[in-house]
Amino acid sequence: MPYIQLNENLPGITGLLDYRLDTALPIRQLTHILLRGESTLTEGERELIATVVSHGNECQFCTAAHTAAANAYLPDPSVAEQVKTDITTAAVSEKMKALLTIAKAVGKSGRLVTSEMVEAARKQGASDRELHDTVLIAALFSLYNRYVDGLASVTPNEPAFYDRLGSILQKKGYLPSEDRYAGLVQ
Amino acid sequence: MPYIALPEGFPGIRSLFMYSPDTAKPLNDLVQTLLYDPTTSTLTPGERELIATYTSSLNECKYCANTHGAIARYQLDGDGDVVKGVIKDPATANISSKLKTLMNIAAKVQQSGRSVTPEDIDAARKQGATDKEIHDAVLIAATFCLFNRYVDGLGTWAPDDPAVYDAIGKQRASEGYLTKPFKIAQQ
Repeated sequence: MPYIQLNENLPGITGLLDYRLDTALPIRQLTHILLRGESTLTEGERELIATVVSHGNECQFCTAAHTAAANAYLPDPSVAEQVKTDITTAAVSEKMKALLTIAKAVGKSGRLVTSEMVEAARKQGASDRELHDTVLIAALFSLYNRYVDGLASVTPNEPAFYDRLGSILQKKGYLPSEDRYAGLVQ
Repeated sequence: MPYIALPEGFPGIRSLFMYSPDTAKPLNDLVQTLLYDPTTSTLTPGERELIATYTSSLNECKYCANTHGAIARYQLDGDGDVVKGVIKDPATANISSKLKTLMNIAAKVQQSGRSVTPEDIDAARKQGATDKEIHDAVLIAATFCLFNRYVDGLGTWAPDDPAVYDAIGKQRASEGYLTKPFKIAQQ
């Protein structure tokens, strides 16, 4: 049971973004720029950053949703599982390993990022912009994870729910759209 | 030294806004409506800034805690003791009983969203907090968990001079969040 009255047909973050639209719009816009805008990181790589941070913050809803979104882009569904278990042995590029390590630190506290972590990412070719975007995506999901769990929004158990949501996030992105969540809850 | 090349003469979040105007726009729109607009919440702008200040202080984000502390002081008609009291311990600060319970929720959110309990929510309701006020307290605390991580995760400049924070506080309390930052001489 959520701590506040939310639309019962909109679980997790979807009901919160529906509850207060004036704050939802800039949050959606920021997410769309970061995860779907022009970037030298692929959509799948950026969804993996969101997944790792949500997993570190133990937010089940966000972890499942962004695992599904990452899998909508990545050919191998085991990669999202691998980065949650151990970044260092996951089947991602060395640059992504360094960026995911930074993201995981940011998820705990911005103060945990060290110059050594940044140096390690640079050695693997990470640019200023990629470092910036990684930190901001990790910071944004530290917001989402707290918003979702801090108000005890509903976390569906059914895996197919997250497949449907992941597909919406791939096809429609993060901006508001008409009938966005049609068929999400079945 | 910031971890990436940022425009000189702008501290903290301001350097990141100058570096990345595309992402700055929604971030500033968010705080404009969440913190500043007096019509969007039954919590006053000063109360909302106190939640931002307290969360930033718990995250040990020097730039954000000092900046929002200064904005709160200006919003609260210059009362710096309230700001200091909240940073020290909201339970003994000179704020309403309702705001104390919302500060408790904010502190839980700062640790993790999962730390908020039904008892925390009940305590707030007993002091008259509405759904919307509980929502807003959670979202403000969550939002500052974003800002604090963005500011410190990229190693941005946090000035030592209190006059810098005072000037920023004065600007934001009077203009809101949608006007351009001014340049500061870097020590």
